[in-house]
Amino acid sequence: MLQNHFQLFSLPKQFDIDVKALESNYRKIQSASHPDRFVNASASEKLQSMQLATSANEAYQVLKKPARRAQYLLELNGVNAIADTNTAMPVEFLMQQMEWRERMEDAKAARDIATLETLNAELHKDARSIQTELAHLFDRQNDLSKATAETRKLIFIDKVCADILHAIEQIE
Amino acid sequence: MAYSDKVLDHYENPRNVGSLDKNDPQVGTGMVGAPACGDVMKLMIKVNDDGIIEDAKFKTYGCGSAIASSSLVTEWLKGRTIEEAYAIKNSEIAEELALPPVKIHCSVLAEDAIKAAVADIKAKQAAKDNA
Repeated sequence: MLQNHFQLFSLPKQFDIDVKALESNYRKIQSASHPDRFVNASASEKLQSMQLATSANEAYQVLKKPARRAQYLLELNGVNAIADTNTAMPVEFLMQQMEWRERMEDAKAARDIATLETLNAELHKDARSIQTELAHLFDRQNDLSKATAETRKLIFIDKVCADILHAIEQIE
Repeated sequence: MAYSDKVLDHYENPRNVGSLDKNDPQVGTGMVGAPACGDVMKLMIKVNDDGIIEDAKFKTYGCGSAIASSSLVTEWLKGRTIEEAYAIKNSEIAEELALPPVKIHCSVLAEDAIKAAVADIKAKQAAKDNA
């Protein structure tokens, strides 16, 4: 049977993971499957080690980012958090999104890096409180419906943060 | 990615950008969002006593296709009844703008924004009738 991303790194299937363990297990697999170790190996062993390195890489990218990790946990439970057909979000959250986007656009037009950085810090604070909530919803309450709603918020916030960083880069 | 001429036209000259008075009993507001690409869309419609949409405004943060989809529907909505508005399908929007498959979700967002705005105005009317 195929291992899921958590099993691959010997981590419990939950939101609140030991990031240090994730990183060290990822490095172990990367070094164990490094091509240099398979110079004299058979073709099938070479292929296997390459596949392991690829899966580890993909799994690591998913698990290290909280929003992707939450999305993946939902996927394992048969829930697609970002289905195209699901566009309903709490109105207050969408209003907040608009306000963030407006502030970002204004600051970008004024080439105001300080305001962009302040906004970025505010969003990170919101993201952290959603992550605390997600750990609670996934790992203790097993409330997938609320976890889906919070995950969708986190994906939105990550997108705004990425756009802010992009705007700062463009100004600099 | 190549946008169609119609998408570019709406993106470069968006129609009806802005807002209406959300406290006006004749104004319905629909807000929807798509986490996958971070798009947020706000659509406002002003409906007269005959149930006809007199004015429509939008504000969208998102890609060109999302902006074009909302700009297009504001043009379509004016003069239609709220029932006709409710019946608009995302496939009509996608077809008019020649959206590629990866951008179909932008038209879904616009359709859902219309439905949310209609639901809001109906809720306002029901509240008024019960008052």
